[in-house]
Amino acid sequence: MFKLKATIIKDVKVLLRDKVGICFMFIMPILLVVVVTSIQNSTFQLVNKNRLPIIICNNDTGQSSKQLIIAIGKIGLFKVSQVKGDESEKSMADAMHQQDAMLGVIIPSNFSSKVSAKSKSIAGKALTSFGLQGETAKPAGDVDPLTIYYNPVLQESIRLSVQGALRSALQMTESRETLRSLYFSINEKELPESLENEMLNNKTAINEVPVSKDGTRSTPNATQHNVPSWTIFAMFFIILSLGGGIVKEKESGSFIRLKTLPTSYAVAMLSKQITYLGITMLQAAVIFSMGIWLFPFFGLPALNLPADFLALVVVTLICGWCAVSYSICVGVFAETHEQANGFGAVSIVILACIGGLMVPSFAMQGFFKSAANISPMHWCLQAYYTLFLEGGKLKDVLNNLIPLFIITLLFQFLTFVGLKRKNLI
Amino acid sequence: MAVTNALAVDVEHVGFKYPGNPDASFADLNLKIAKGERFGLFGPNGAGKTTLLSLMTGLLAVDKGHVKLLGHEVGGQNNEVNKLFGFVPQDFSFYDELSPVENFAFFGAWSGLKKQAIKKRTNELLDILGLDDVRDKQVKKFSGGMKRRVNLAIGVIHNPVILFLDEPTVGVDVQTRHAIINYLLELNKNGTTLVYTSHQLGEAEGLCEQVALIDDGKIVAQDGLNKLLKHYQEESLEHLFLKLTGKDYRD
Repeated sequence: MFKLKATIIKDVKVLLRDKVGICFMFIMPILLVVVVTSIQNSTFQLVNKNRLPIIICNNDTGQSSKQLIIAIGKIGLFKVSQVKGDESEKSMADAMHQQDAMLGVIIPSNFSSKVSAKSKSIAGKALTSFGLQGETAKPAGDVDPLTIYYNPVLQESIRLSVQGALRSALQMTESRETLRSLYFSINEKELPESLENEMLNNKTAINEVPVSKDGTRSTPNATQHNVPSWTIFAMFFIILSLGGGIVKEKESGSFIRLKTLPTSYAVAMLSKQITYLGITMLQAAVIFSMGIWLFPFFGLPALNLPADFLALVVVTLICGWCAVSYSICVGVFAETHEQANGFGAVSIVILACIGGLMVPSFAMQGFFKSAANISPMHWCLQAYYTLFLEGGKLKDVLNNLIPLFIITLLFQFLTFVGLKRKNLI
Repeated sequence: MAVTNALAVDVEHVGFKYPGNPDASFADLNLKIAKGERFGLFGPNGAGKTTLLSLMTGLLAVDKGHVKLLGHEVGGQNNEVNKLFGFVPQDFSFYDELSPVENFAFFGAWSGLKKQAIKKRTNELLDILGLDDVRDKQVKKFSGGMKRRVNLAIGVIHNPVILFLDEPTVGVDVQTRHAIINYLLELNKNGTTLVYTSHQLGEAEGLCEQVALIDDGKIVAQDGLNKLLKHYQEESLEHLFLKLTGKDYRD
């Protein structure tokens, strides 16, 4: 025990004097959490505050195009501005560039007349099928397509949302015209506005309810999503200090001396596990504290800690132990500092990617969805999400902790094999 | 582990070759060093000195034969044997982020000492080796000579019966060399067996009473220094060295 204590004191002192290592373990992840949360918070607020700028070039003079523009404005996703111009792509590109718009829509000059003709045709068909009109409805051609221009930086998911929103506005415009035609054909007078609104405006509200295990109704936000995930990343980031430190020790003369002393190298390994497990717990405490007390000063939502604090500690401990075990394993097998740092840094980014820290694992396809299961970060993240977002308790995260524990034991076993193979224990 | 009346170091029919290297470093090496001797092991670069020291200290395992320290087999993580000897490698073998006191505390514990014993030895060694004024300063700020003294102090912190020294004075000034050699002579006077390698042959003449010249994995001469000089009719160890190992480059 005395040897272990002396080794832990040595490791802590060496660590505290490594300013760059401390920077990697604390400052970098903290910056990462703040920056990513701030950016994602802006995305969360896209609908409410930061609307997508869209310019509309309306070459039509009829009512349908005006109603379409009003409908697009009412969606709430866009900041609409109108420009005059021709229907050319270059003209639209110039207009978008000048107004810094992400999207542009050109409404063709015959839009209203085509919508009107199509509506009358559909109304005629409907009346015929009801047996209310003798003459056959005249067939009408399709409405010319609307063309959407977009800035290539827009992600596909946002483009799909935009397309869905525009299709909804278009549907509303066409339905209005069809309804008016139908009403006029039957009653030979205009559809009253109040009735039109009643028939067209969707009055059925859609409520959003976050599902939680404890029945609480806290709404997920960028902080609740990002703080746990980047805390995990920070824990695994210790590979740069720990993995590199083990290689440095192996390369240095001190390692030669250690091998000649009457103490097993397993003591050194155990000391590193205890020391760095403490570091990972400290990292989590610092980042969570920032989320609770500092984020509101940056205009970010404050972090709400899970109600089951014991579960949070247990999950953090096992996540930290896994990160430490992985770092030691890499450090034992790496022959050079460059190998440990290079492989370590790249591997944690890959593990973070497939583990769902960068892209949610539910959005992954086929192979990558299965591959997520081999990433320890995936199980850490699922456990944290169960606690932070779903209000889960310790029993709810056991199915995440068991695979994480098995992966950790695997790293420990590999480390043991590596140490044995190198005749270090 | 009891210290027996056996030889300090007994290398018996040792064979060793590095993995992946078909040329054996040692085919059948024999070397005996008596207790209390000041033994010098010399040879050109690549002759096998460091490999032999590594086999004696258990850093490498023999392919055949035996290496015994005071009658006890070396190797196989034999922690009790490791308590018998100290090792001062050529490279600085400590944590230069730490102070001498912090290094002694760590290596003392790993050498099997308890807290009070470490404290006592720390004060003794800092005093003997002139490091008391810098006891709490980080070693990385030290001069080469001071680092050499720290390196030596860690090797002897547990009062070993046998001390292996690989170039303990390389790169130091005359004053530090003088202090180190005097300290080693003092240790030997108190019963510590010294096994020493160096390219500083002039220094070795003053320190070693028994020498072995090693070349190409074989002991080419071994006896008392004066006897060897007389036998080969040479006036210095350096001349004897060149006579027996030649003047060609070895690396």
